[in-house]
Amino acid sequence: MIRLNNIHKSYEMGSNSLHVLKGIDLHIEQGDFVSIMGSSGSGKSTLLNILGMLDNYDKGTYHLSGNLIANMSEKKSAKLRNEMVGFVFQSFNLISFKNAMENVALPLYYKGIPRKKRNQIAMEYLEKLGLKEWAHHMPNEMSGGQKQRVAIARALISNPKIILADEPTGALDSATSYEVMDILKDVNDSGITVIIVTHEHDIAAMTSQIIRLNDGRIHEIIRNGELKKFQKNYIHGLETA
Amino acid sequence: MFDIDKWQEILATIKKNKMRTFLTGFSVAWGIFMLMILLGSGNGLSNGVAANFMNDAINAMWIWNGKTTLPYEGMKSGRNIDFRNQDQDIVQKVPGVGVSSGRYFIGNTRYSYNKESGEYTTITCQPELKEVENTILNEGRFINKIDILQNRKVVVIGTDIKTALFKDSAAVGEYVNINNVLFKVVGICSEPGSTRNRNAYMPLSTAQMIFSGSNRLHNLALTINAETLEESQAIEEQIRKALGKQHKFDPKDESAIGLYNKLENYIQTMRIFQAIKIFIWIIGMGTLIAGIVGVSNIMLIVVKERTKEIGIRKAIGASPSSVIALILLESIMITTIAGYIGLVLGTGLMELINYLMVQAAGPTPDPQGTIFMNPTVDINIAVSATLLLIVAGAIAGYIPAKRAASIKPIVALRDE
Repeated sequence: MIRLNNIHKSYEMGSNSLHVLKGIDLHIEQGDFVSIMGSSGSGKSTLLNILGMLDNYDKGTYHLSGNLIANMSEKKSAKLRNEMVGFVFQSFNLISFKNAMENVALPLYYKGIPRKKRNQIAMEYLEKLGLKEWAHHMPNEMSGGQKQRVAIARALISNPKIILADEPTGALDSATSYEVMDILKDVNDSGITVIIVTHEHDIAAMTSQIIRLNDGRIHEIIRNGELKKFQKNYIHGLETA
Repeated sequence: MFDIDKWQEILATIKKNKMRTFLTGFSVAWGIFMLMILLGSGNGLSNGVAANFMNDAINAMWIWNGKTTLPYEGMKSGRNIDFRNQDQDIVQKVPGVGVSSGRYFIGNTRYSYNKESGEYTTITCQPELKEVENTILNEGRFINKIDILQNRKVVVIGTDIKTALFKDSAAVGEYVNINNVLFKVVGICSEPGSTRNRNAYMPLSTAQMIFSGSNRLHNLALTINAETLEESQAIEEQIRKALGKQHKFDPKDESAIGLYNKLENYIQTMRIFQAIKIFIWIIGMGTLIAGIVGVSNIMLIVVKERTKEIGIRKAIGASPSSVIALILLESIMITTIAGYIGLVLGTGLMELINYLMVQAAGPTPDPQGTIFMNPTVDINIAVSATLLLIVAGAIAGYIPAKRAASIKPIVALRDE
């Protein structure tokens, strides 16, 4: 599904060059539920952006469903994003002057689906996420949890293979965070690969695989079976702190 | 090309962002509105003054006799110069002179018909006078060549004389008694731009014979074939020389003969108006530039404000060209509609002023009294100015929109 081979990425900061990713090798299968963790500056968001084709990389190879993602035109990557990937952001990134339904329907506009049809589909997705009554509300009339659910509905509407979530619970309280994670779990159960970036251990612990980044490299990958141990370590870490 | 869904998307965006739409539209509408008013006023002023000059042929010239003030060829100053019929021939021979007519004035002449009578000015002339003074014939004909050759006793009377003597009955073909001589009325005329039409015209030859004018002339009215001020002044000088030779006066003696060159006057006035027009155009350009700057500024702000939206749209699959098209079409749509509104309001206001002025002037307008006429703007100029603003708005929107659409969505998304 996703195959990264020796990915490097650096940002030009004036005369300085900031080497963010220093050779990432990663393999994610269809249907995985993955969280990427790491301290700030470890490159986790950059990795997610590269995975989502929002950003390009300098060295290495990235294969998505067998296609090499490199030096694509903006137009082509936009099309691939539209077909393959759904994004969920920490700050929701809803369009402020569109109501919930219109926000959810927007990806279908870029697929060329007629207005009536896409609004109807948007309503179905909103209903699935329990937001039917809020369909005609503007984003600023909704709570953070509701906004994030709208964002998830928008990410799902184009039937993506992957959902990429950048700190999806970062702006939410813990109860709402768990709600959102439950939704993402359901999404994953339907066969969609879900990759989230988070710095919260309890959120990461709900995924089936944790990738820990440290200084632009993969520090460790904790798989399903080892999660128990991770949780123990995490609690231990809290106790000693 | 025409995609109804795209327009619905644009309309929805416009509807949800009223303030932004208003500001963009207002800068364009205001620019066009001000331009219309400026150019309209300039045109109105220019038209009004030009109309005042149209009362006579603009290339008309009048020459009348005077008194010498310089001694010349042994003769003292202070001599009266009198014109004779042959002076007309001399003037006519000067190169550049078009048509000419000698005139001999008979002061107050008594006109009577049946029981009605009155005193009017009689101007004796030749057929060419009609061309010099742009006389309007309401009925019948003007004096013609045969009248002159046969010394016919015919007269062309002004409308006021006709009304006074004949009331509502027909005048052409009737005989009117002028200083106890019967003259046949052949035409009724009026002077352009005048409310008093109390002059009568009769053949010069007839008048000189009947009213003992022998071969004397009071003045000469003529047209000249000149395009520029210099040409007309050269003709003027030639005429002075020719007459000076005949009457033995110094051609530099300005008082020996009187001379009014309408073209000279007209050209000088038109030069002033040319300057005013240029001035108005400069101000108009300034207004237009202010409009362009205004619309460009707002487009820059709009695109900046929408950077995050652009990022979101790109993240969910919008291609850069679709993002640019969205912003540009929105801007073009707003500026076009706003420009049209400004155009309609501007021309509407000028038409209203025009209408009110026509109303105020009454049924018989007196062009002499108005210096403001037909204050309207050439539609081509108006439309081009609007197009210019629309294009400027589009370019001003395109550059930042292109930049915003080409940056990585992740950068646009970070923009708060």
